[in-house]
Amino acid sequence: MRDTIKFMGFNRPDGKAGTRNHILVIPSVGCSQNAARAIAHGLKGVVYLPNILGCGQMGDDSILVKKTLVGFGTNPNVFAVLIVGNGCETLAPQELADGITSHGKRVEVITIQDVGGTKKTISLGRKIVKDMLENAVKLKREPISLSKIILGTECGGSDYSSGLASNPAVGVACDLLVAEGGTVILSETPELIGAEHIFARRARTPEIERQVLDAVTWWENRAIAAGQDIRDGNPSPGNIAGGITTLEEKSLGCIYKAGTSTLEEALTYASHPTKSGLVYMDTPAHDIEQLTGMVAGGAQIVLFTTGRGTPCGSPIAPVIKITANRNTFLKMRDNTDMDTSKIIQGKETIVSAGKRIFEEMISVSSGKMTKAEKLGQSDFSIFQMNPNI
Amino acid sequence: MEKKTKAIVLNQKDNVATAIVALEAGTTVVFVKEGYAEKVKLVSDIPMGHKFAIVNIEKGCAVIKYGEPIGESTRQIGRGEHVHVQNLVSKRGNG
Repeated sequence: MRDTIKFMGFNRPDGKAGTRNHILVIPSVGCSQNAARAIAHGLKGVVYLPNILGCGQMGDDSILVKKTLVGFGTNPNVFAVLIVGNGCETLAPQELADGITSHGKRVEVITIQDVGGTKKTISLGRKIVKDMLENAVKLKREPISLSKIILGTECGGSDYSSGLASNPAVGVACDLLVAEGGTVILSETPELIGAEHIFARRARTPEIERQVLDAVTWWENRAIAAGQDIRDGNPSPGNIAGGITTLEEKSLGCIYKAGTSTLEEALTYASHPTKSGLVYMDTPAHDIEQLTGMVAGGAQIVLFTTGRGTPCGSPIAPVIKITANRNTFLKMRDNTDMDTSKIIQGKETIVSAGKRIFEEMISVSSGKMTKAEKLGQSDFSIFQMNPNI
Repeated sequence: MEKKTKAIVLNQKDNVATAIVALEAGTTVVFVKEGYAEKVKLVSDIPMGHKFAIVNIEKGCAVIKYGEPIGESTRQIGRGEHVHVQNLVSKRGNG
């Protein structure tokens, strides 16, 4: 571990560090989403989560909802949190607050039933977040070790160029971050299918290797038990048009983006890494559920490769979009941050492109806005296993 | 990678190449495998980013890319032929 390069970030009371300094408005239930949106509306530095869950989930699903919402509140990109409940939901707003307050942040709770209707809730909520903002703007960026970065990796709308160029280049950037003591998350378990043997054998221990293989088996069996064929949804029509024929082919291209480091830990959805270096999180391949899981697990920044193009972005974590498809870069300039197509043209090496991505990751961690942030992309969806009741 | 390369073979075990530009049937394409330049005459049009066989692949054989199986051929695939959903099928996640 070198630990020599710094980024300019925000120190948090729990010892973690943010790349952003958001006030986060969390609707603890779908019913209060509209009020939460209105509270955040037009206030620079205030964002809300478009959460539709919080009531009607059973067992493990209700645990996932709470874990994910608490994970967003405790994410170091968040300065303070306002929770807006309705009042009768199964996920008690105060329980969420308790999970977040333990990290030393200011957390306030209001409910529509207690305050007395939507208009009063919006008015009170805006007063609270404006007060939080006054304190947030006083906090300045400071030089912070890259070892405090948890980097999420993702690929979506993949095509032939993802596996050939953008994913290997992101892999180089990931190796550079791990060398600085940082943490990299690889996820989207269904897109390990066909490549799991190659990825899992990099595990530090046989137990971690088994956890990865078991997770892949679970997803594959889940589809089969449901009478479904994974091929119906993955690869997607866009993947197929872009030259990817099978899930195995997609997965083999996919795993390059995690680099070459030893795998240190296997995590369940929305769990926070306890090790630095490369870790794996069991998430769906669904882009937004995957992104949500990694950010709930503490990722302060995400590298996202695409071949076909994607607008995807997180409410609280900057997402850097990288393509190696020149046509996509030209067509979707407002969505795409970086072009690595020169690798395919033979005009740039994968290592050189990887270093550019690493530098961009440090700039964005230090405050440079991504295209998704400029467009206000705030995609959020919590993975669920069962129907709501 | 040569500037004029039009197709890439990623691993010496591969039996397919990936076209990095759209290629027409009848074109002779040069690719590099195990350090040597080889030629193949395309018998299908190959859209950009799609694969073609660089050897004859019998029915029911593994199609290899990245040095690993990416599925199985559903019929005999001739050298220079487009390899895609019409003749290659996944072996995973479908019982």
